[in-house]
Amino acid sequence: MARTRTPVVAGWFAGGPEDFRLLGTRCSACACVFFPREDTHCRNPGCAGGELTKVPLSRRGRVWSYTDSRYRPPSPYVTDPELPWEPYALIAVELESERIVVLGQAAPGVTVADLTVGMEVEVVPGVLHEDPETTWTTWHWRPTGV
Amino acid sequence: MTDDVAVLGAGMHPWGKWGRGFVEYGAVAARAALADAGLDWRDIGSIVGADTVRGGYPGYVAGATFAKALGWQGARVTSVYAACASGAQAVSTARAQILAGLADVVLVVGADAAPKGFFRPADGDRPDDPDWLRFRVLGATNPVYFGLFARRRMAEHGDTPEDFAQVKVKNAAMGSLNPYARYRSRVTAEEVAASAVVADPLRLLDICATSDGGAALVLSSMEFARRNAPPDPVRIRAVSTVTPRYPQTVLDLPDIATDSAAVVAPASDPFRASIARSAYEEAGIGPEDLSLAEVYDLSTALELQWYEDLGLCAGGEGAKLLREGATGPGGRIPVNTSGGLASFGEAVPAQAIAQVCELTWQLRGAAGERQIPGARVGISANQGLFGHGSAVIAVR
Repeated sequence: MARTRTPVVAGWFAGGPEDFRLLGTRCSACACVFFPREDTHCRNPGCAGGELTKVPLSRRGRVWSYTDSRYRPPSPYVTDPELPWEPYALIAVELESERIVVLGQAAPGVTVADLTVGMEVEVVPGVLHEDPETTWTTWHWRPTGV
Repeated sequence: MTDDVAVLGAGMHPWGKWGRGFVEYGAVAARAALADAGLDWRDIGSIVGADTVRGGYPGYVAGATFAKALGWQGARVTSVYAACASGAQAVSTARAQILAGLADVVLVVGADAAPKGFFRPADGDRPDDPDWLRFRVLGATNPVYFGLFARRRMAEHGDTPEDFAQVKVKNAAMGSLNPYARYRSRVTAEEVAASAVVADPLRLLDICATSDGGAALVLSSMEFARRNAPPDPVRIRAVSTVTPRYPQTVLDLPDIATDSAAVVAPASDPFRASIARSAYEEAGIGPEDLSLAEVYDLSTALELQWYEDLGLCAGGEGAKLLREGATGPGGRIPVNTSGGLASFGEAVPAQAIAQVCELTWQLRGAAGERQIPGARVGISANQGLFGHGSAVIAVR
């Protein structure tokens, strides 16, 4: 039986390889954008509070900083303790039009040696982990032009 | 400006991995602070405990837990939690009670018993909790954030891993002189460079450990001090516990993203700098008046960031200040004379209290081999998860 594809968090991203986007919300009164999405009340202290509606974030941004995780993170990060730990890179990306920095894992195979601050990256669909029933999906950052 | 409060006593339980409960560490520190103040526990009108989230229910009501351990005597009780700033919030609460006339003399206690390995979120499936989400979705441990900040400094200011290593070398040398520190050995730059990478570009010896420890202070009104203590006590002149201002544009633990700065312009000084500025304004002094500083070196690179946020040097010049030797013993503004978190490891609710213990001993001229001659004004600074931070200014 095929696994069900389920986002690791509902409502944070949508789309396939061609149209994948992170999803935030925007306040109808002050136009502030929030990610992770704010669905109850605008957090701008100078805003009386408008309607918060879903808004896709820019696909591309520039590396604000990056690092990696050389040791196995603790639960609730899901790993297979039977397998040797494989480090992965994490990238903080600045989206120009939103002026927001969003952290994410790098796409598989991208290491810190491949990255520089200021490099252009794009958001792509990724898999966080799989169990017998479910493929847990997430977002990854990947350098453009690779 | 507000009135001063007096520091009558300071006490600590040595930091380490002792394998016992946080209550014992806190009680030992409390008794040491009371003995230092020359006061009986039954003289204390109020106790403020800094909570730990690792000790079960007693940790969430730390004030009452310590009061019971010392022997119920009817004192007013308060327990506070503010992540890594919990100890400073306890100091702030005690000070507010004294300045409001609710208590003459207050005991402040914080202690922790830390698990092995990374700090991790509380158990359970909690998708509304940003601290749970950053682990579940990204595996983003605390060192991951420290690595991001360090890499950003390298790109923005030209800091090098060798600069970061020199922070450890400096702090380990000072910590080797501190009997309360967990790590009492000097460390060389070569040893830092040979330690394992944890979160690129930071290595094991760039990142503070998690420790057991306890710290306590006895604070009083100046009037109580005049009647009951030796003249000229160390005084706390300011306690800053401000929050960030929207939009928060520095990626901060445990967040997955910053606020957007596209619509609302960010404040001119970022969060950490605003913590210090608020303390300076409250005390009516500036960074040029400082004799020493205790800063929250969760990583070596973060210590350099604090130099700039405290105004010890201009933005981007933290590594230059370190290279000049200004922040070492004998320098213009020695930083982390206690040895810092590099030598202690973090015992969360005790750490900001321990910083004030060090300021107290330095300002009394009682810091032994690590004494900074003629110390008159000191600042402590720390930052924790969820928009918490603190700075305490002490004078003599």
